[in-house]
Amino acid sequence: MRASLFITCYNDTLYPETGRAVVRLLERLGVDLDFHPKQTCCGQMHANTGFRGEAFSQAKRLVRLYQDVEAVVIPSSSCVAMMRDQYPVLFQELGNEALRTEFAALLPRVYELSEFLIDKLGVDDVGAYFPHRVTYHASCHGLRGLHLGDRPYRLLAKVRGLNHSPLPNLDRCCGFGGTFSVKNAEVSSAMLAVKLQDVVSTGAEYCTALDNSCLMHLGGAMHRQYASMKTIHMAQILAATETSPAEATL
Amino acid sequence: MSHAAVDHPILDPLLAPPFPKAVLPVLRNPQLRKNVAHAIDVIQTKRARLVTEKSDWQQLRTAASAVRAHVLENLAAYLEQFEARCTAAGGTVHWAANADEARRIILDILRQENASEVIKIKTMTSAEIQLNPYLESGGVSVFETDLAEIILQLGEEEPSHIVVPALHINRSQVREIFARRMGLHDLSDDPHALTAAARTYLRQKFLKIPTAISGANFLIAETGGVAIVESEGNGRMCLTLPQTMITLAGIEKVLPRFQDLEVMLQVLARSATGERMNPYTSLWTGVTPGDGPQRFHVVLLDNGRSAILAKAKERQTLKCIRCAACMNACPVYRQTGGHAYGSVYPGPIGAILTPQLMQMQHAQSLPYASSLCGACFEVCPVKINIPEVLLELRSQVVNQERRHLGRFFDPMYLGLRVANLLFSNAWLFHVAQSLGRMGASFFTRKDGWIHSLPSVGGKWTQTRDLRGLPGQTFHEWWAARAKEAK
Repeated sequence: MRASLFITCYNDTLYPETGRAVVRLLERLGVDLDFHPKQTCCGQMHANTGFRGEAFSQAKRLVRLYQDVEAVVIPSSSCVAMMRDQYPVLFQELGNEALRTEFAALLPRVYELSEFLIDKLGVDDVGAYFPHRVTYHASCHGLRGLHLGDRPYRLLAKVRGLNHSPLPNLDRCCGFGGTFSVKNAEVSSAMLAVKLQDVVSTGAEYCTALDNSCLMHLGGAMHRQYASMKTIHMAQILAATETSPAEATL
Repeated sequence: MSHAAVDHPILDPLLAPPFPKAVLPVLRNPQLRKNVAHAIDVIQTKRARLVTEKSDWQQLRTAASAVRAHVLENLAAYLEQFEARCTAAGGTVHWAANADEARRIILDILRQENASEVIKIKTMTSAEIQLNPYLESGGVSVFETDLAEIILQLGEEEPSHIVVPALHINRSQVREIFARRMGLHDLSDDPHALTAAARTYLRQKFLKIPTAISGANFLIAETGGVAIVESEGNGRMCLTLPQTMITLAGIEKVLPRFQDLEVMLQVLARSATGERMNPYTSLWTGVTPGDGPQRFHVVLLDNGRSAILAKAKERQTLKCIRCAACMNACPVYRQTGGHAYGSVYPGPIGAILTPQLMQMQHAQSLPYASSLCGACFEVCPVKINIPEVLLELRSQVVNQERRHLGRFFDPMYLGLRVANLLFSNAWLFHVAQSLGRMGASFFTRKDGWIHSLPSVGGKWTQTRDLRGLPGQTFHEWWAARAKEAK
């Protein structure tokens, strides 16, 4: 099985440990993983802020970059949702027929990490060991955009030592929303406060998700408030084993 | 509570402050936020339960969506059919291109009737055209009869929700308003006592005032009839006692057939109030001698709607049946309530409807009043893809704004233009990452975290920290690993 990792712009810059974990995890599962050095961004930030032309040029670039790969794995729900929900609209309005054909051929080979594990590789037990109490934040794009359903839970259930505390009000947004978090910083913060209350109420040591953007938001508030809790991308949990535990991060 | 916007929120998109500014007094009003969150949590829970019990809920949504989409594809024909059937049944149909025309038509009818007083069934469309202040200045006293509207009218408050307009006001605040305005100083905040006080107040109006104004939940093209759904029965009083009824309805409210109500009433009640069926559904067609109002007028209001209809992606906005499920599900609305939206239509539907009704000349901050979480689309009984329309409107706002020179140097615009350049070329992106790492190191504290950033970044760090940039990006790690392996 060959696959190519699209790490996404912000994971590359801010959360390289997530990428390293995906590499460890997938290589352990026998995937021949590749990484295209010319990748940058999927265009989500521009699309969601209303910069449609810019989003289109990034989308076009990405589709060209991956046209020959067997599968693209993306450890970020919102970037996958961007490709599934917004690329068709962008290409319909701004693209040509050739591009639409190219994209239509690529889209079925684009996988969010948990989709890749469960649907493509057909594994839910990835041999992970993570002896901690964890709560899972579903993230709006994972929940309502990609309909990840029980995939994340099936993966977590097979992690040895892991104790899952369900998150109350699971379907409620953490308030990040990309540029929303600065354009409407006060409302975003009010939403974050409510979410953090729920997250902390689980008593977990770690809050995990399949999208570092929510975790950046939640983790930023946890750090500001000296909460006795940290965030961790699920790739890092799934990559961790008895002999090689998760990388220590700040 | 000293901020003017707390006491007098402005629900006029022409005058209201932009959303990020309008939320500030609200966010500092814990009582209001508590009332809003409590009220919508109760409705949400009820709705969720009643939707779950309906095994064909998704099929109902599909059917409701199809009916509404079909109406919009054939709106002119159905409106003409409605006009013909309503006229044949003894009603008079008026067409109003905008708010001003609608207000004048209604005031003219009231003057012909020599009406100095009028009672009203709850209608948000009348609030859209700011009818009450216009009629009052034209010498007509207006009396609301919906309980929530009475609370707002007597308390000189503004609606914050389209189904439960007074949801930001709690029971003890209602008691205070009633006691003060009705002179009932011994009134308790027991719901029965409050309802009794409202009933006494209302009965005098019903018996005395022979002219009424209503909105419409649905107009039925096939019969020329009008449908109103409500919870209290006060609407039904307005439909039976008065001699004259004036119904104000947006042109999009029409349904093709009587039997379409079967689907629409099911999804509306469950979505709006979390009930299997709303307590009072009134249907009337024209004039019936000896029964109900003997003079019946319908004012069909455009006020920007046909411009929305003309646009393929935005058209779905007009499918809305005003159930408010989107605002009840919205995590933004849950924090802010309705006033911050500066319009009678708040929440996600307001965020797409208001700027469009304003021809995108006002309320441009509203399409950004969403984290795009998608909860609104998920609950919408007529499947309006609100996030899709929000994005479309955002791109229209950007296209307007980027023409202004002042916006050229706006940190957000500048940043997004630079980001686009960087994302167009991996080499540039990687250089920028290195520069960004150096820049960020000036702001990174000994604990490895950034606690304070300048400019737009300060909006982030006002409530959250940001982990300092790691010494090695992922692509650098990958390249180093590949080198090692060789």
